[in-house]
Parts: sequence; structure tokens; C-alpha cells
Amino acid sequence: MHRLPFVDVLAEQQDSSRKQDLASFEYTFQAEITNVYPLTATEKLYQLQIIDPGERQRFSFQPGQFVMLELPGIGEAPFSISSSPIRHGDIELCIRGVGNLTNFLARAPRGTIVGISGPFGTSFPVEKMQGHDIMLIAGGLGLVPLRAPIFAVLENRSRYGNIDIIYGARNPAELLFTYQYDMWRQFDIDLSIIVDSADADWQGPVGRITTILEQRIAAASNIGKNTYAIVCGPPVMFKFVCDMLIKARLPMQQIFVSLERRMHCGRGKCCRCNIGSTYTCLEGPVFDYWSVMNLKEAI
Amino acid sequence: MLFRVFAKDHLINLYDILAVNHIVGPLCKGLDRQGAPLYDFDFIYDFAELQLDYTATIHSLKRFVLPPRETLCTFDLQKDGWRKQVDFNAYKPTVYFGLHACDINALNKLDKVLTGNVYPDPYYAAKRKNMFIIGVGCTPQPFCFCKSMGTDSVLHGFDLFLTDLGDAYFAEIHSARAFAFINSLECREPRQSEHQRFVEVAQERKSRFTCQVDTTDLTKILDLEFQAEVWRDWGRKCLSCGTCANVCPTCYCYGIEENVDLGLQHAGKTRHLYSCNLIDFAQVAGGHNFRPESHDRLKYRYYHKHRGFVEAFEESLCVGCGRCGQSCLASITVPEVIASVRGEGGDHA
Repeated sequence: MHRLPFVDVLAEQQDSSRKQDLASFEYTFQAEITNVYPLTATEKLYQLQIIDPGERQRFSFQPGQFVMLELPGIGEAPFSISSSPIRHGDIELCIRGVGNLTNFLARAPRGTIVGISGPFGTSFPVEKMQGHDIMLIAGGLGLVPLRAPIFAVLENRSRYGNIDIIYGARNPAELLFTYQYDMWRQFDIDLSIIVDSADADWQGPVGRITTILEQRIAAASNIGKNTYAIVCGPPVMFKFVCDMLIKARLPMQQIFVSLERRMHCGRGKCCRCNIGSTYTCLEGPVFDYWSVMNLKEAI
Repeated sequence: MLFRVFAKDHLINLYDILAVNHIVGPLCKGLDRQGAPLYDFDFIYDFAELQLDYTATIHSLKRFVLPPRETLCTFDLQKDGWRKQVDFNAYKPTVYFGLHACDINALNKLDKVLTGNVYPDPYYAAKRKNMFIIGVGCTPQPFCFCKSMGTDSVLHGFDLFLTDLGDAYFAEIHSARAFAFINSLECREPRQSEHQRFVEVAQERKSRFTCQVDTTDLTKILDLEFQAEVWRDWGRKCLSCGTCANVCPTCYCYGIEENVDLGLQHAGKTRHLYSCNLIDFAQVAGGHNFRPESHDRLKYRYYHKHRGFVEAFEESLCVGCGRCGQSCLASITVPEVIASVRGEGGDHA
């Protein structure tokens, strides 16, 4: 009679980095909601601070990456980080109340402790974009993942050429981060905003985001090989916007999109975010346009 | 690899040596409408229950390594916060007695994605590290296409592999612990005649595979035929029930659920296996569904198995066990779907 020895995977793995990988699979940072700012009727900006000071300092991310936010017993979901990377573990997440977790979060008071794991995914190559013009094109909630690269670019404004932000929303009441527009403009940023339907107070243009993009491309002679574009918005927007950028002679590998998919793990295991066969959580959410064209059913 | 030969009636001795551990193996669960036995893997408590000459099991081994529901962690909820406890849910080593090559290959394929370099999954790894696997040669069934997928024989991922030579077992030994067990039986090194007999048995078995899938250039063909009408035909047949994923030895997609106990003191996070054929698999917050149609989801399943995994790991995720086709309520089988996408085999839908 032989009893087989029980193998403890954490004790067994000789390679310490591997052991740490296995141990950290389900590790979450505890973070406190330090502030909540209502942005619109449904979206709020949550300021979170990782409680442990050491972890807070070590937590670092690239613009475009996301975290999994967990409320024990309620749920877990991926959210793009919309704060500046230099602020490490003091992160901001802009979240719309649509489901169990997000509606619970909308009612959560300051001081609530949530779990954060990550950061996960690919990022916008803002360093590579230095010395070039940048167009950031966002539709609706698409501005949320773009806020981190906007911060990253503003912090080193002199290293970049012209910066255009083109932002479209359904109506003026749904515009996000309205309080920051003046600040962005002070950094010599060309910010154009368009809404699908105006209300009584709206002074700006009305129409589709492609209308204003077309005008920008027609007006500027410099858009082309020296321009990087970052695009994020609802699924229907990508194709139209990217087609226009390609026509404006932007190289495919200089157009970046951030895609949304359902995710249950963020770690390339649950398959929920697969596009064709690529994991959005590992090889995305930021893809260049070539990768998107190369993937079936991506946009 | 080392080889040994032992008399067939000594197999019970091997069982007895290992019986102090949990043993999982194929056993007969009942009879189908035609009176043929239905096999499945389950815990074995008596050597007589073990059906090593089984045809194929309905389910794969998956429920032992990737339980259909598994608690990943629990939380203690306190007034001003919470504490998280993680348990990998592996407590004892288990002997898996009598796996076919396809099922061992399925575990090897799961290893690539679940214990690879990127975020290795400790829940799976803990169970996988505590397996002692004894493989046995199989009898090819009319629905098995493992030969086409290159999984009809297995090179690693087992401790011991037994081939029936008629009056004796030919054992391939692949681990030190297996070597120790085999040496405590009455066994000897195989003779030249037994080498030959072993090769003959293997060849004879190979010649009995009837079902085939042409995988030549399949990744490219799947890309070329992404918009093909045949997908819609299959989509109309498919019931989107997820049975194929349930019986598949390599389907590992899952969903996460969190629940609070009624007492509000504790909470838990559970993962449950899912299927890409279920309607809300790719539905995001706000209601947009990236694969709203049945054919989108069916196509995606084939893309993941036969294209995406090949791109990432140079081999298909499908082991060709044919379980999905056997269990499918709409009689959709992999060989038929792939043949139709290749433009072969006329009336399918």
C-alpha cells in the first residue's frame, strides 16, 4: 500500500517568481473609496486609494490599462483607469450604473472598501507618440479610457505636436468631465464637442462625431503620416471613424482603439472576452487598427 | 521511457497497492435504449467496478480538474471592511486509473493555457499536481477522430500507460513513483517478441479508426470562410444549449458569481463552467451582445478550438474524442461541420 504524497503547489514550485504568480492569481488590493463625484445622472467618478502605503506606491499602470474591481458578495467587473499614471495607487474610475455591481457602487458611501486587482491589459504607447500630432476621438463613455492618455500627454505637453480631442455624446447632459474642458484648452489642446441632440442651452455643433471629424481633417493639412490616433466609443463608431482616418492617410499601426468586452477574470482564463480567438484582457483592450482588421468580428 | 511487462491477472495487485488513495476510473453507469453500457468516470471502491475495456465515457475527466462549480474564495464581512480567504480546493492526491490517450492529451492542452506563463491558475494547478495517471489503450469508436487531430497516442502527461498484449500488459513508465509501483509487482523487462507485439497492437488499433477530419490549412480556411453561408445553416440547427461544452474535455470557459450568505457575515466567489454557445456569453453591460445569433456563437466555438488555439500553441484545442457530436441534441458533429466549411460533403443541414 502506497499513499501518494500530497503536492502543495505553492511549496512545490522551486522558481520563486512562479510561486508568486500562483499565489497572486486571486490577490486583491484593498482600496478605499475616498471621494465620489457625480458627473451625469448615471455616471460617477470614484476616487480610490489603495490602503496599504507600500502597495499604493508600487501599484503602477500604463494609460489604457484596466483593473478588476470587486465588491465582496456583489460582483467583480473590469474598469478602465481614468487617472494619471503618475498617481500610482490613487486611481480614479468613471463608472455608469447599469448592473448589480455598478448600481451597488453608486449607493456605496465614501469609506467603502473595495477590492482591486490588476492592472491588466495593453496600453496606449504614449512614449512612442512623442514628437507627433495626436487625435483623441471619443464617443460617449469612450472618453473614460482616454482620460488617462490625455493626462499622460498633458503632463509632457511640450514633447507632443498638435493635440486634438474630438468628443461626441448623445446630448449635453451626458457629457463627461465638463469641468476639465477649460483646463485641457489651457494646455493648447483643440477640443471639439458635438452632440446628437441639443437642448435649449447648447451652443455647439449638433450631429454625428464623423461630421466634426470630417471638418477637422478637411481644415487641417497636417493630418496624416505624422499623426497618431486614439479611438474609443460604442461598437458602431469604430468602423466609421477608423475608415475616415485611413482615408486621411494615417498608417494603420498609428491608429489605436480600446475595445470593450465582457470579462470575468482579466487573466486570460475565462474566455469571455475572446474576439475570434484573441484575449481582449491580455492582447487588448488597446489594439492597433491592423490587429483589429486582422481579427474577425472585432468591430 | 522505461518499459515493463506483467501478467494480466497482476493488475488487481497494482490496484490494491494504489487503493489507499482515492481512485477515479471508468465504470458502467447504466444502459442506453439499445442496451449498450453507458460509461463515466467516477470514484472506484472495488476493482470489479473498474471497466478498463470501456468504449468511451459520456463526460470527460473535466469535473475533477475543473469542477462545474468551484468556490475560489470566501470573504468575512465586517462592519468596516472585509477579509478574503483563498482555498485552492485540493486536499488529496487521486489516482486516475484507465484514461484513454485523448483524455490525457486534453489535460496536456489545458495545461498550456491554464498553467502557462501568463497568470497560471493555482486552482487547476493544485489539482493537476495531485494526479497519478494510468492510461490504457482504447478501442477506436466510429465517432473518434483523434487520429486526425494527432491525439490518438500520448507522449507525456501520464505516470503509467498500459497496453493489452492479450495475456500480459505492456507498461510504459513515465515517472519515478510509477516505476516504484510497477517494481513492487511481479514484472520483467519486455522481450524482443513483446516489442514487436506492442508495435503490432498499436498498428492494428490505428487501422481501426474510421472517422476523419481534414485539418490541412484549416486555420486559413476558417478565416477565408468566415462569412460562409454554411455557418448560418449550422446556426439554424444549433439549440445553443451548451451540451457540447459540458462534455468537452478541453472547454474551460467560465463565469464568476458572487453571493452573500443569508446571515450577511460571509460572502463567496464561485466560478461555474460556461459555454460560448449560451446566449449571454459575450453580452456586455448595457445590453450589447457581440454574438447575438446562434451561428455567431457556434462559429466562435470552432474558431477558438481550431484556429485561435492553433495560432497560440501550434496545435488544436480539439482532441477528437467526438463526445460533443455524440451528446449534441441537434446531431451536429465536428467532422461534418469542418467538412462543410471546407466545401465538402453536400447536404448537411
